[in-house]
Amino acid sequence: MTIAPPRPITSGKDPRFAPTLYASVGQPESWTLSSYLLAGGYQAVQRAFAIGNDAVIDEMKKSGLRGRGGAGFATGLKWSFMPLNDGKPHIVICNADESEPGSFKDRYLLSEDPHQLIEGMLIAGFAMRASVGYIYIRGEYVKAAERIWEAIHAAREAGFLGKNILGSGFDFDLQVHRGAGAYICGEETALMNSLEGLRANPRLKPPFPAAAGLYGLPTTINNVETFCAATQILKYGWEWHAGMGTEKSKGMKLFQISGAVLRPGVYELPLGTTFRELIYDWAGGPTEEIKAIIPGGSSCPMMPFTDAVLDTGMDYEAIAAAGSMLGTGGVTLIPRKDCIVSATWNLVRFYAHESCGKCTPCREGISGWMVRMYEKQVRGQGQPGDVQLILDMSDNIGGRSFCALADACLGPVLSSIKLFREEYDALANTGVAMYPARKRWKDA
Amino acid sequence: MLYFDDKQSLVAEILARYPSSPQGKRSALMPLLREIQNAHGFVSEPHMAEVAALIGTTATEVRSVLSFYSTYHTMPTGRFHLQVCSTLMCALAGSDELWDHLTETLDVQPGEVTADGFSVQRVECLGSCGTAPMLQLNDEGYYEGVTRARCDSLIAAMRAGSAPETDHPVPVVVDADGRQFLATGEAVGANTDSLYPLSTKPKSASSGGSV
Repeated sequence: MTIAPPRPITSGKDPRFAPTLYASVGQPESWTLSSYLLAGGYQAVQRAFAIGNDAVIDEMKKSGLRGRGGAGFATGLKWSFMPLNDGKPHIVICNADESEPGSFKDRYLLSEDPHQLIEGMLIAGFAMRASVGYIYIRGEYVKAAERIWEAIHAAREAGFLGKNILGSGFDFDLQVHRGAGAYICGEETALMNSLEGLRANPRLKPPFPAAAGLYGLPTTINNVETFCAATQILKYGWEWHAGMGTEKSKGMKLFQISGAVLRPGVYELPLGTTFRELIYDWAGGPTEEIKAIIPGGSSCPMMPFTDAVLDTGMDYEAIAAAGSMLGTGGVTLIPRKDCIVSATWNLVRFYAHESCGKCTPCREGISGWMVRMYEKQVRGQGQPGDVQLILDMSDNIGGRSFCALADACLGPVLSSIKLFREEYDALANTGVAMYPARKRWKDA
Repeated sequence: MLYFDDKQSLVAEILARYPSSPQGKRSALMPLLREIQNAHGFVSEPHMAEVAALIGTTATEVRSVLSFYSTYHTMPTGRFHLQVCSTLMCALAGSDELWDHLTETLDVQPGEVTADGFSVQRVECLGSCGTAPMLQLNDEGYYEGVTRARCDSLIAAMRAGSAPETDHPVPVVVDADGRQFLATGEAVGANTDSLYPLSTKPKSASSGGSV
């Protein structure tokens, strides 16, 4: 019996906190079934079987877990959308397409602790009366896909997957589907099209996946980290999970940090931990003067590197109040001496490349106009008025595209113009960047 | 002979992952293309027709899907197909210089294959942001934290005939006591001595569901 902590844990330095999602990452042979069992694996699913499917959904709701893929939708509520007694097979999908620039947490969960994910999908499958689960893993994660397949085979042999799992009467199996390099597959309906062997264009919603998803069957899609968190919640109880984080953002999160920082990597910390703690205490501090923070993956608006931002808690509400998003928790630090127009152009180019071409605002707006306007700037061919034109274009793209990809591109565009207008204007007006290209690559 | 003629059990194994309906059968499209590309380095027109016949669609449909994704090639690639991530997190670590150095040293541009079997491609974020910059080799794996010196030694090894084993560094590891460390053994976070697991005792099966 765990006792709910007296006050919420919002710091990785709180003595009551310890990593659980990443507890096995980096330990020898952590990906094998024997290591997982030794660490207490597959006890969470047994508890799920003991308390019953509705109680599992109830536990998820009370835990306060929200989707860790970026949108932050309440997981228990999402699970409860699956129809009951409709006579159709239900499907659970794991979104392991991790492709938001700045995000690299799922990669290590997949390769170092695949059984934690399998157990989480089992729990989800049991709660939602599903019979099959698909893990859609990005094509480039070769080692992770190998480890997941190995883990699935081992779990089948040990009776954790298949018919009448552990005598519960519950039948469930898992398959792996490898992607082939398309950012849009992170969008859940595009992912389902991709899994069906189609071009990964997003689908119109409604119907939502819980009503008609993969193959037209009731489907629920969650991120890798969300399923792994479900395993931990069933293992330690909802009170434990709800004891971490803030009032509306509960639990732990895998934060990733990259860019100009001493110790880039993935750190598991409670939600509500400040940027300052992540950047200085865990990641060792910046390696040079910083001007901007991307707080949660490339689509989240940039924030200035100020004391106010550094003291902001990394949770859904606090970052939203500060004008950005928690996203995937992928923090990137941009140095003062790097041209912000050039850095933003890099991201615009990414979105232009990844636009699926389905809708006009994104195809023509991002892949056509936006990327060309940025190319014009970084080549020194800008003219006075160009920055205003970019803003006008953004106004005509924002909120008008079929899915969120175009809006994702506008995150860095609008925020960087707002924060660093003088850099944009200087480049557009004179053709010369305030911060010219410099040597960044290490010799050894 | 068609590629899958002597690999019927593999085809059956792939098809069995999906429902037996026509819609389910089509799901095998991407895994089948992957098999061909891994064997040949690219997917040719006859191969597209072969995959189409296996899943009950047309070669045009197969090409339509194939062309949507960036990791399928319709032109031959080299024995050492090197892909450089060029997205912002790698760019901040010098991936543009890495790309210039690579293409100059190998004297190759995208779409070409050198006489000694190199081809190059710029790709978007591969999830190696914490260990930037990086190189991806074929469909095999990543070289991470690629400095100029390491880039040169990788090229030298490949020119000599064999590619070094790809990496899989885990930037931050957690020890049995729940403390977070760098892979080098350096402890991170202040007061790590006082860090201990919040609750190492799993809930018993009977205690759940109630407050």
